[in-house]
Amino acid sequence: MTAVTVTDLAPAPGLSGRLLAPVRDGLAVCGRNLIALRRVPRLLIFSTVQPVVFVLLFRYVFGGVVGAALHGVSYVDYLMPGVFVQVVVFGAVNTAIGLATDLQTGLMERFRSLPMARSAVLSGRTAADLVRNVFVVALISGVGFLVGFRVHSDVWGFLAGALLVVAFGFAMSWVFAVVGLAVGDPETATAAAFPVLAPLVFASSAFVPTSTMPGWLQVFANHQPVTITANAVRALMLGTPVGSQVWQALAWDVGIVAAFAPLGVWLYRRAV
Amino acid sequence: MTTQHSTAPAIRVRKLGKRFKDLVALDDVDFEVPPGSVFGLLGPNGAGKTTAIRILTTIIQPTSGRAEVLGTDVVAHPGAVRRMIGLAGQYAAVDPNLTARENLRLIGRLTQLPRGRRSPRAADLLARFDLTRAADRPVRTFSGGMRRRLDVAAALVPEPPVLFLDEPTTGLDPQSRTALWELIRELVADGTTVLLTTQYLEEADRLAHRVAVLAEGRVVADDTPHALKARLGTTVLELGMGEDPRAVRAAALIADKLQHASERDGALLRLPSPDGSLLLMDVLHALESEQLTPRTIAVRESSLDDVYLALTGHRTSGGPK
Repeated sequence: MTAVTVTDLAPAPGLSGRLLAPVRDGLAVCGRNLIALRRVPRLLIFSTVQPVVFVLLFRYVFGGVVGAALHGVSYVDYLMPGVFVQVVVFGAVNTAIGLATDLQTGLMERFRSLPMARSAVLSGRTAADLVRNVFVVALISGVGFLVGFRVHSDVWGFLAGALLVVAFGFAMSWVFAVVGLAVGDPETATAAAFPVLAPLVFASSAFVPTSTMPGWLQVFANHQPVTITANAVRALMLGTPVGSQVWQALAWDVGIVAAFAPLGVWLYRRAV
Repeated sequence: MTTQHSTAPAIRVRKLGKRFKDLVALDDVDFEVPPGSVFGLLGPNGAGKTTAIRILTTIIQPTSGRAEVLGTDVVAHPGAVRRMIGLAGQYAAVDPNLTARENLRLIGRLTQLPRGRRSPRAADLLARFDLTRAADRPVRTFSGGMRRRLDVAAALVPEPPVLFLDEPTTGLDPQSRTALWELIRELVADGTTVLLTTQYLEEADRLAHRVAVLAEGRVVADDTPHALKARLGTTVLELGMGEDPRAVRAAALIADKLQHASERDGALLRLPSPDGSLLLMDVLHALESEQLTPRTIAVRESSLDDVYLALTGHRTSGGPK
């Protein structure tokens, strides 16, 4: 059957095109999501107000009690790395909300009919949320410094810790990309997230040491990624021995992305 | 430029079937669309129109059968198909947080339009869809009609040879609707193939070279609008009999004396015929003998609505939701 050949109509992707397309299209979608963030500032404001409240509350409400048990580390110095991790974990819900909204508005249908990389809608979203996390972590650091947070290592330790936080946030974004595509609407995604995230964040070393928790809870708390990441960030920022914690945290990040990114792309292909 | 074989269809659908769990959305659907023509898929909500478009635009996969766009199989080569099509869906699928111009430029970028051509293309489309003044406002401030226009504009960004429009004029005011019809005609004059779905018979009648009527996932008719209307006669005589029993008696009388079938809808009788005025004389004469004078009389050209009614047993407006 003779028909108009495909190659005459639009450039078919060569090998370099196929390798570059995910990056090129991911950046395009990322740019689009960042515009939304800039244009609807309440998205950014609401995701920063809550952690600021946490910093202030925890610093001044629990500071006395917990600080006494910390053997020489001031509570605000202990708290801030935990808050950073908490911020990016809860912030990952935005990835689910964003994707679910795109599903609902029909924008996803359009994207699926375009000659773009299948991964771009997801990578563009998680990349934009990564940029948002950088911004939020910087802002929370500022608030932390105002209420007495001090880095005890050096600027590199602080930056390395911040990078680890952002990397963990990126990994969590992929988890919530899957959640967003699976549930398909922003309200359900938000509601589904909290019961999972609250134990992850609070049954961890983010705000208090795990040593006073009951034994069975310590087993969970000491081995889950929030604790491992918070401890690694804390060691980097407070200048205490880092050991293998950074590598363990990075291993979690790589493992989470390796598991959830393919699952997300698979769901995206099937989502209607 | 390429040479197009006049015999090769732009869209070819063979024994296409789609099942969602227990629901058969499409059942052995066949149709072909010649290049450079407008094909109308007509039917009420739930008839399978959107499912057919989703399969043809590679969004979902069929359960059975084949679908080809410009000779390319949509299941085997979805990437190639995506480079040849434009889609304007039932929802205005544009980003509410971007401006109209940013939306079009984004689509340009995602369809690999060269960087230098994205802005001129966006400006050109904004002008054609009468959106230039609102071009730099976020789309969430747009009215429903403006969004829909932008949605169609977005489908046209890569100048696709095959365009899919899923109920493109739903929610448009009459003026915008006429303007969009005009634009579709221009595109087709330039060689674009258009497949559109609609619930509006007038739209299919005005625009489409050929119409397939879908009902519950099956094609119940596939013909030119003219032939579809001719199948029933080109005119319809409508008699309002006032009360149902009178209509029943009148229908029986007309069948008996004139051997002419009529459709009854409550107290209303509908008689398709090649010449409604001539039939009217005979009908009035026949009814007079039984004192069955009609309360209202109308002779009109038959519409696709009549065809739809005859084929599926229900009207399109107020059809099953």
